[in-house]
Amino acid sequence: MTYIAKPRFHHPGLKKNALGFTHRDYEGKISTLCAGCGHDSITASIIEACFELSIEPHRVAKISGIGCSSKTPDYFLGNSHGFNSVHGRMPSVLTGANLANRDLIYLGVSGDGDSASIGFGQFAHSIRRGVNMTYIVENNGVYGLTKGQFSATADRGSKSKKGVMNTDNAIDLVAIALQLGATYVARSFSGDKRQLVPVIAGALQHKGAAFIDVISPCVAFNNHAGSTKSFDYVREHNDAVNRLDVITGRDPITVDYAPGTVQIVEQHDGSRLALRKIDADYDVHDRVAAQAFLQKHAAKGQIVTGLLYVDPEAEDLHSHLNTVDAPLNSLEAQDLCPGSTVLDKINASLR
Amino acid sequence: MKPTDISAPDYFHKVVDCQWACPAHTPVPEYIRLIAEGRYSDAYMINWKSNVFPGILGRTCDRPCEPACRRGRVEEKPVAICRLKRVAADFKDDIKQRLPRSAPRNGKRIALVGGGPASLTVARDLAPLGYHCTVFDADPKAGGMMRTQIPKFRLPDSVIDEETDYILSLGIEFKGGQRIDSMKQLLAEGYDAVFVGSGAPRGRELNIPGRKEAASNIHIGIDWLSSVSFGHTDKIGKRVIVLGGGNTAMDCCRTARRLGGVDVKVIVRSGFEEMKASPWEKEDAMHEDIPILNYMVPIAFTHDNGKLTGVTFQKVRAEYDAKGKRSLVPAGEPDVTIACDDVLVAVGQENAFPWIERDCGIAFDKWDMPKVDPKTMASTHPKVFFGGDAAFGPKNIIWAVAHGHDAALSIHRLLSGEDVNERPLPEVHVTSQKMGIHEWSYDNDISPEKRFKVPHRDKVIALKDIRAEVELGYDVKLALGEAHRCLNCDVQTVFSAPLCIECDACADICPMDCITFTENGEEAELRGRLKAPTPHPDQDLYVSTELKTGRVMVKDEDVCLHCGLCAERCPTGAWDMQKYLIDMVHAGTSCPSKRRSAA
Repeated sequence: MTYIAKPRFHHPGLKKNALGFTHRDYEGKISTLCAGCGHDSITASIIEACFELSIEPHRVAKISGIGCSSKTPDYFLGNSHGFNSVHGRMPSVLTGANLANRDLIYLGVSGDGDSASIGFGQFAHSIRRGVNMTYIVENNGVYGLTKGQFSATADRGSKSKKGVMNTDNAIDLVAIALQLGATYVARSFSGDKRQLVPVIAGALQHKGAAFIDVISPCVAFNNHAGSTKSFDYVREHNDAVNRLDVITGRDPITVDYAPGTVQIVEQHDGSRLALRKIDADYDVHDRVAAQAFLQKHAAKGQIVTGLLYVDPEAEDLHSHLNTVDAPLNSLEAQDLCPGSTVLDKINASLR
Repeated sequence: MKPTDISAPDYFHKVVDCQWACPAHTPVPEYIRLIAEGRYSDAYMINWKSNVFPGILGRTCDRPCEPACRRGRVEEKPVAICRLKRVAADFKDDIKQRLPRSAPRNGKRIALVGGGPASLTVARDLAPLGYHCTVFDADPKAGGMMRTQIPKFRLPDSVIDEETDYILSLGIEFKGGQRIDSMKQLLAEGYDAVFVGSGAPRGRELNIPGRKEAASNIHIGIDWLSSVSFGHTDKIGKRVIVLGGGNTAMDCCRTARRLGGVDVKVIVRSGFEEMKASPWEKEDAMHEDIPILNYMVPIAFTHDNGKLTGVTFQKVRAEYDAKGKRSLVPAGEPDVTIACDDVLVAVGQENAFPWIERDCGIAFDKWDMPKVDPKTMASTHPKVFFGGDAAFGPKNIIWAVAHGHDAALSIHRLLSGEDVNERPLPEVHVTSQKMGIHEWSYDNDISPEKRFKVPHRDKVIALKDIRAEVELGYDVKLALGEAHRCLNCDVQTVFSAPLCIECDACADICPMDCITFTENGEEAELRGRLKAPTPHPDQDLYVSTELKTGRVMVKDEDVCLHCGLCAERCPTGAWDMQKYLIDMVHAGTSCPSKRRSAA
C-alpha cells in the first residue's frame, strides 16, 4: 500500500473536457489494492470514460458490494455519490436508488464473488428487470481478499497459485446477462484500455441494463502459468469481435475507417457508437447468435471481447412500471396527495 | 526511437536540470536533502568541493540552476536553490578539519594572476596535490571582484574572509598588493604553469557630449563600487542617475541610496524585461524606492561651469524585424533632460590585457581577446591558461569556478605528462533507494508549498548602514520548508523492460501523466501520441526496449515529480528509484590515464 497521497500537481498541458475538468478531477483517493491490480486499470478507465463524456460528477451514483472490486469506488469519482452496500446486495440497493431518483447515472461495481456467488440472484434480477444502470463486474476468478480461493467464474481446469486444479464449472456472467435480457452486453480486459474505455462510455450512455464483464488479473493470486485469468493468458486468447468508439455530442463522424467496416449504432437518447468490426460476420444486434458465438468460442478456449450485444431501442424498468418522471425527493405534498376530489374519482371508477 | 541508453553519464545528468544547468555541476538535490536532514556541514562540503564558495555564491550567484529547476515547470516558482546554499553556509559547524591537508610539495610552481574566484579555484584544486601556488593580486586581500565590486550589504566581508581563508590555508602563497605588469617577466621567473584570472577590470565608457566637461560628477560604475568598497568614497549627491541595466547598475543604485542618494533612478536603453540584471536584483532595487525608467538612450550630459546638471535622453521604442532581431528606433517624442548631481555609468565591462606582451606566444583574436580553448582553458602558449572573466569576457562567479576546475585539471595533466586535451570521464554512481516495500531512502512525498520568501532587514535600517546585510537568510524552519520543495530529480526512475507485465499500474498512478505504453515510432510523431504531450522537446523521452505486446514504455522526463509512485505501484519491480550521483572530474580525482608518461 502506498503511504503518500497522490500529489495534487498535474501535467500543465492536460486536456480539459466541456466542463473544464481534467481527468484528474475525476479521481478519488489513492488505491489501497495490491500494486499492479487489474482493478486499478478499470478505475482509470472509468475515470477516463467519465472525463471524455464530460459527466458532471454530482450526477453519478456509484454503488458496490463487498470485495476488492467493491472497494474501488473509493478510488474514482471522489465528488460523486457512493454507497458501499452489503456483500452481494449492490443490485437491490442500486435498483432502489434508481427507482427513487431516475435522474442520476447509476454505476454498479461488483466482483466475481459479489455477483456470481453471494449476489448471484441479485445480479440476475436487476438484469432481468432492466434497471437503467452500468453494471461492471471486475472479474479475476479468485477471492483475492481471502488469499486466492477459486471463485465461481474460474474456468474448469485452471490452476490455482498452489497448483490445485479447479474442478467446478465456471459461470459465464456474460452468457447469463444475455440470456436474462441485458440490453448492452460487453466483455473487456483491464489490460486493454483502448477497448475498455469506450465500452464503459457506451454503457454509461445506454438507457437500460448495461452489463460489462471485465477480466482483471489478480496479480497477487491469479497471474501465474496455468491461470486462465492472467495477463499472459488473456492476451494470448483474446478474441475481440469489434472495436468501439463512442461519439460524443453532435459532431460529424470523423473516425477514419475503411468503408464497410464501420457500423454506426444510434441509441435511444441520440448518442452514437461507432463499431469497427473485426469479425465481419458478427452481428451486434442478434442476441441468439451472440449466445451461440460465445459458447462456440468458449469451447475453443477463446475469450470473446468487445461489444457483444446492444439493443438501441432498449427500455428500462421505469418505462415498464410507468413511474413518475420526477425524482421522488422532488415531489411535493400536493403531488403525493392530490386531494379528496381525485380520491373520489378513483373510488368511483372502482365501483 | 531507439531504446534509451541510460548508462551514458549525460542521460540522467540532463534529468537533474539544476545540476545540468550549473556550470560547476553542483549536485543540488543531494545537498538540499542534507539541509532537510539538518546536516548543514555535509551540505556545505558538497558545495565546497564543487563550487568552492558556498557562502559567497549562496548570496550572489547568478543562479542558472533556478530557471532550469523542474519545479518551475510544475508550478509557479523554482526551488530557492541559491538561498538554500547560503543556509548550509550559515548553519554549518566548524569545517576546518574537513579541508584537505596539504600534500608534500611536488616541486612544481604555479603562478596565478588575480586573486578572484577563478584563480582561487585553481589554487584550491592544485595545492592539495603538492603544487606550490602563488597568487598575485593588486589588492591587499584575496577575493577579486567578489570583494571589490559586490556591495557589502549583499556580501559581508566576513563571508569573503572565511571562504578565501579556507583556500589560502591550504598552503597557498598570496602576494597582495602586487600587480603583474609583464607576462614576459612572469614567464621568465620559471613557473611551470601560469593561470590568468585577472577578470574584466575595465568599465565601459560612455562617450557622449559633456562627458569630459562634467567628468568630476560622472563615475564609472565598477571603479566607483570598488572605491566605495575600500572606503575611499563615502558620499554621493542627492540626485543620482545610474545608466545601464545589468547587475552592476543594480549594485550602483542601491549603494548610492546608502551614501546620501535620495532621488536615485536607473535609466536603461532597452525595455525593462530585456534588462540584463537578474529579476530578483531589479526587485530589490525597486523595493528601495529606485525607479527603473526604460527605452531612454542617453545623448548628452548637461553641465554648467564644469558642474554636471543633468542627462539628456532620447526616447526610443523597440522594433523587431522578420528574424525577431530587435532595434531601438526613435519614438518621435521630444528629448527629456533629467536633472541630477551625479551619474554612475554601468553600461558594461571590458577585458584589458595591456600587461600581456603580444609577442610572448599568447595569440589574441580580432576582438583583442586571448584565444582560449573552452574545454581545457589553454591559451596558445603551452604553459598559460585562462579562466573567469579574463577568458571569454564578463560572466559571473560560478562560471569562473567552472573555468578554474577545468584549468586546474589541464595544468595537472600537463605537469603529469598527460594529454591536456584528453578529458577523463566523470565517475557516476546509480544506487537503488528502495528500503522496504513502499519505503525509500528519500522523502518522496511532494510538498505543495509555494516558494518561501527570504526575510529582509527592515528597509529604514538597511538604508542607513552600507555594511548591514539586507537579506537575513532563511531560518531553520523556512529552510526546511523550502528544502522540501525540491523534487529530488536526481532520484531517477529506472525501468527494466523484461520485468514489465504491462499492467498499466504505473501509467495509471503517475500524477503527471508522464508514462505511456504505445507503439514505437519516430520521435516527433511519438511525442504527439503521449498521454500528455509536452511543449518542451528539449526534455528527453525515456524509451524502453520492446515489451511482450510489441509496444514500448515511453516516459517523458519533462515534469516527472520523482515521487516514486510508479515504482510503488509496480507489482514486479520493473520500476526502481535509483539515485544518480556524478562526480565531476577535478584535478587529482581521476585515475591517471594509461598513456601517462614519466613526468
